[in-house]
Amino acid sequence: MKSLNKLRIRDGQPALVAALFGLTLAACDQGSDQSASAPETTSPPDVMEKMEETAEDAAAVLMPGPDAQEQIQEALIVAEPGDTVMLGAGVFELTDVLSLDVDDVTLLGAGMDKTILSFKGQLAGGEGLLVTSDRTVLKDFSIEDPKGDGIKAKGVDTISFLNVRAAWTQGLKDTNGAYGLYPVQSKNVLIDGSVAFGASDAGIYVGQSQNIIVRNSTAEYNVAGIEIENSYDADVYNNTAQHNSTGILVFDMPNLPQMGSRSIRVYQNKVINNDTDNFSPPGGIVNIAPKGAGILVFSSRDVHIFENEVGNNQTSNILLVGYPVPYEDPNMNPLVREIYVYNNTLGKAGWAPNGPLAEEGAKALGGQFPSILWDGAHSYMRDGETVSEEAVVVIRGNTGETSFLNLGLTNVGLNFMEAQPSPELPGVDVEIPAYDPVVLPQDS
Amino acid sequence: MRFVLSLLILLMGVSGLPHLSSAEGVNDAAVFAAKPAKLLSAYRLFADPAVMTPNDGVVPYDLNTPLFTDYAVKRRFVYVPDGASAEYHETEAFDFPVGTVLVKSFGYPADFSKPDQDIQFIETRLLIHQQEGWVALPYVWNDDMSDATLKVAGKRVDKQIALADGTVKSISYAVPNKNQCKGCHALDDAVIPLGPKARHLNKDFAYPSGMANQLQHWSDAGLLSGAPDAASAPAMAVWNDPTSGSLEERARAYLDVNCGHCHRPRGPADNSGLFLSALEEDRIALGIWKRPVAAGQGTGGRNFDIAPGDPSDSILLFRMETTEPGVLMPELGRSLQHDEGVALIGAWIESLPVTDQPQWQ
Repeated sequence: MKSLNKLRIRDGQPALVAALFGLTLAACDQGSDQSASAPETTSPPDVMEKMEETAEDAAAVLMPGPDAQEQIQEALIVAEPGDTVMLGAGVFELTDVLSLDVDDVTLLGAGMDKTILSFKGQLAGGEGLLVTSDRTVLKDFSIEDPKGDGIKAKGVDTISFLNVRAAWTQGLKDTNGAYGLYPVQSKNVLIDGSVAFGASDAGIYVGQSQNIIVRNSTAEYNVAGIEIENSYDADVYNNTAQHNSTGILVFDMPNLPQMGSRSIRVYQNKVINNDTDNFSPPGGIVNIAPKGAGILVFSSRDVHIFENEVGNNQTSNILLVGYPVPYEDPNMNPLVREIYVYNNTLGKAGWAPNGPLAEEGAKALGGQFPSILWDGAHSYMRDGETVSEEAVVVIRGNTGETSFLNLGLTNVGLNFMEAQPSPELPGVDVEIPAYDPVVLPQDS
Repeated sequence: MRFVLSLLILLMGVSGLPHLSSAEGVNDAAVFAAKPAKLLSAYRLFADPAVMTPNDGVVPYDLNTPLFTDYAVKRRFVYVPDGASAEYHETEAFDFPVGTVLVKSFGYPADFSKPDQDIQFIETRLLIHQQEGWVALPYVWNDDMSDATLKVAGKRVDKQIALADGTVKSISYAVPNKNQCKGCHALDDAVIPLGPKARHLNKDFAYPSGMANQLQHWSDAGLLSGAPDAASAPAMAVWNDPTSGSLEERARAYLDVNCGHCHRPRGPADNSGLFLSALEEDRIALGIWKRPVAAGQGTGGRNFDIAPGDPSDSILLFRMETTEPGVLMPELGRSLQHDEGVALIGAWIESLPVTDQPQWQ
């Protein structure tokens, strides 16, 4: 506690804040060219005000050191709503999960490349940082080499990941943690300007959540770059997903508390060069994600995929497939339906389909996959009964390498022996419906 | 109204006078204080902390099947304020009145062949029921066991433990921080007690006054109201006592206590869809033929949470066997493999009929 008190920021100490948070405060400058180191004389009043606000809100500024684990954890526990817990520049060596359970707290570092929370020596715990409190902001720091997931936010209403990074730095290994940035069962999720690297499942993974924006972020060298699973109402745009096994995934999985993925828009993303071998351990569903898939949709409804740049993906650019493994769940609809793929710019794809399912499929299709592939399934079994529905899929207005195949399967399950492939584009007469973009309370 | 209330308080005060006037009783003021006490002694829960002798009004208890925490021995106590009582519930923790303190101490005996002797206690965790809800507080004992200090951020303690078979293990014992307490003790994001449920407590205990069933004793002592006869209340098997239940019953008891507090609907691990409480009846939710969701490296290369008849393809068992951080389960409180627990669950999985695997029809 002593060291905390020593570092506690009081009124009249903006210089200390400025010294430690030069970058952050420079960002508050709002276009003025004033130096943050001399705010008293040169900053416009609004900057001064912002700095004082920051100083008053601050619970503590913490620096790396042998007691970092206890100091950060204690600061996160004693924080009060409205506080900002500040982490200075440097590498913090941590041994256990850090967790935040106080509403309305900001955890602020000095920059994604400056404040590193290293979990190389982690002794226990399922993630690096766990957030369970509402209206949380995580900003300007990195989590490296946690034994499990990177940052998990569970059951949070309003969570922002701003310019944060989760990375595994010791190579692409199946012992890397599953998820980098991992909001689950949360609502009002914003992931902006963030980075995920080296996850053995998904770099950015949003699961069982609703009202979601993932934008301006980069996912590379993960098995799955960005994954939206069992979630409602998501806008995923202006991201780069490259050098993963699969770039962007929209999934719906059985046997979970929240099911029925729907109302997801994937647009204006760069999904290119996904060329990393799938290094996930066997057993997980992501283990069947092929190397070189751009955008992969499993069993979801109302998904718009438009204005993306997708290319140089050896399995395929866009795959629309019903849930591919046997399951038992009467609440599951395994079909892809109401999927709209339009105005994308497509590059080279499909020259070497990879992974057990794609390789089997390629055999049935003469060795290669098209740029866009749909299984065509419109029937599935539920409680021993066959359920059929019109599975609307629209493919329209794409440019570049636009080859397409409808496998013409009747049932989900990817029985390639029954394939009756057709290159005819589906949904020519279907109007693409308008949608309401996601609006987040923290993003006004 | 206020007059009646004052009168009531006055009467209660008078009737409780001999007890309350004693400086030796539990310190209710500390229990109700907004700020937790820095030192455990402030609560006056123990007459002799070195051997965990409880103070007046603090009742020891035990569970049919306990949580495994690296072979630590435990002492559990409940304190309910004078005149109040907990309300019985058949499946959940009892509804304890405000002012209740649940006390759990963790330690290691010098020699596991004499597990009740020379115990060095490491920590005592309190769950205090205040007006706004339960508060979880970890206290770490000093070396001479004269007092314990609040460590809201937790603490690691290097410890050598000598097991009954003579092996000595070095562990980094992790006292949980306040948030980690909630990592298990949570339902719908509120802190809750876990142990004091009817099915765990329904057993005999050796009180100073003699052997008695705990539910009966709590009722007789006025701690508990609304409880049925012990014979009509649920009781779990003792995980390592084959006379207490079938293999299945003992395995389910073990999973209930070690996993089911998180892996239950509305619990901290409900996002997995894997529900291991004793109340779970859906076989897929229980893990049988269930594929993993977010296990990552936790699959160990295996395909199903529980592959009936095949322990070696069962992820659940792998996560009990491994001691790798980030993979092992439970996430907290274990760094060693619980050989006996692994054997029990392995035998149960082995015994499950290999039928009805989901498949395409």
